[in-house]
Amino acid sequence: MKKIMKKLNNWLPVLSVVLAMVVELVLVNASKHIPAKHPYFVYLLVAFLAIFTIIALAAYYNKKAKTWIEENALFVGAAILFLNLLNIFTKKLALFPVIYFPSIDKILGIIVEEREFLALCLASSGKLLFIGYFFGAIAGFATGIGVGFSKKASYWINPLIRILGPIPATAWIPLVLISFPTTFTASAFLIALAVWFPTTVMTSSGILNVENAYFEVSSTLGAGKYYQIFKVGVPAAMPHMFIGLFNGTCASFITLMTAEMLGVKNGIGWYINWQKEMMSYANVYAGLIIIAVTFSILITLLFKVRDYVLVWQKGVIKW
Amino acid sequence: MVGEIKVEKVVKRFKQIDGEDIIALSGIDLKINAGEFISLIGPSGCGKSTLLRLIAGLNGADEGKLYIDDKEINHPSHERGLVFQNPMLFPWLNVHDNVAFALRARGIYKENKGEVDKFIELVGLSAFHKSYPHQLSGGMAQRASLARALVNHPKVLLLDEPLGALDAFTRMNLQDELIRIWQERATTMIMVTHDVDEAIYLSDRIIVMTPRPAKIEAHIEVKLSRPRARSNSEFLKLRTNILEILNYAGHEEEPSYYL
Repeated sequence: MKKIMKKLNNWLPVLSVVLAMVVELVLVNASKHIPAKHPYFVYLLVAFLAIFTIIALAAYYNKKAKTWIEENALFVGAAILFLNLLNIFTKKLALFPVIYFPSIDKILGIIVEEREFLALCLASSGKLLFIGYFFGAIAGFATGIGVGFSKKASYWINPLIRILGPIPATAWIPLVLISFPTTFTASAFLIALAVWFPTTVMTSSGILNVENAYFEVSSTLGAGKYYQIFKVGVPAAMPHMFIGLFNGTCASFITLMTAEMLGVKNGIGWYINWQKEMMSYANVYAGLIIIAVTFSILITLLFKVRDYVLVWQKGVIKW
Repeated sequence: MVGEIKVEKVVKRFKQIDGEDIIALSGIDLKINAGEFISLIGPSGCGKSTLLRLIAGLNGADEGKLYIDDKEINHPSHERGLVFQNPMLFPWLNVHDNVAFALRARGIYKENKGEVDKFIELVGLSAFHKSYPHQLSGGMAQRASLARALVNHPKVLLLDEPLGALDAFTRMNLQDELIRIWQERATTMIMVTHDVDEAIYLSDRIIVMTPRPAKIEAHIEVKLSRPRARSNSEFLKLRTNILEILNYAGHEEEPSYYL
């Protein structure tokens, strides 16, 4: 029995897909749901079927595919089973209120049919996020380095950081709205503020924690003050800075969603809010899926950059 | 010859946590000749590391003055290289870039690129020039930090217990290497150590220091030809001599009965 299970393991995702297909095609739909234009869930399952069949076959020849599928087959199989159950509870049985829990078909349909408008919203949000993040991170590094290296800067700026820092960026909305010419700049400023605080705190604490002996050694090697700051202090504080950037990224996502309520023209957070008010929950879920995927890609990218920059750290090096 | 150090009536005090001053150096006078290999030896708290830091220019003296080739020392300089017990390699730079650090910092890397490989070769790390510090053993890391200091062609090399953290065999290897480098480059070497044997094996002159008040107790010339044998009778005599000055010689107990 165990042996059979082991042999079957790599095919679990495929089996789960087939099961979902059978359920989808055999069971009768509940009448309460308005049918989607196309059977999108079936399309998705067909795509899954193709992908996981190829991977399961490749695993016989390719070592990389083998290790990946052996490790993840159970999870992928379970995830597809979850979609299957969701499909049963919504489209097939309509167990939950139809208006709040649309069928998977509907949600996928929105993503496909409204892709142009959704892409536009995503682009607007992306622009806002990147501008805010960029300036927030730069300002954070600058303040952090200033506070870390200069006693005077630390004396004047540290109290400010302590008082202003912990206030959630969104609490500034009333003030920001009247101080900026456009809602776009106001929103970008809020995001920058949200990124600025964690980046500043982690950068300065990283620099303050650098062992003094590094500076002593570099001064006996002939390094001037600025060379010491940028070639010793900053690289040594880099691991801390990345923690700050990571925290800043999470804060920027939260702020972005709120900032888009300030009256931007469009944006993915704005889209969700707008659709919620229209009671189109399929659109809300579609928006949520897009946000989840995008943000998770952004965080992954940040980690990749970190792994690349901090390749010198013990244990991070991969052979 | 360059690299002569003069220390004149130097006093250094440190504030303790309770606010009272502790005298780390009480009126030190010392002249170190250019090209000499000097060891500073003594128990903890005798001020030998403090003296080394003053020569490096990392701290200033409260009274008195220090000179290198008759120029006053008042800040750190690449002319006085420093090697700590902990190699203190920059962990984000590989061996090559660690050694190149000083040249880049001084803006003379382009003209002196070849120097970097030459010094990595000198300390026997050519095969590891791309390794990061955490991939090196303690002995290798200390070699790299030696190369990093030497690439500047310092007039004086200050060594603060450079071999203190290494195992006995690595240590003896590196002692021979230090001698080789010193003979090749004729740099003035000033080494702080706890190890009497190491001091005798390496130095032209041993400065014995004692704590409370921190002062120089004796100058001991080591007139043994190199390479030195650690089992030589003169070597052992010097050893006993130094240990007696430091009150660590011990004494043989009278047996309580004779057979």
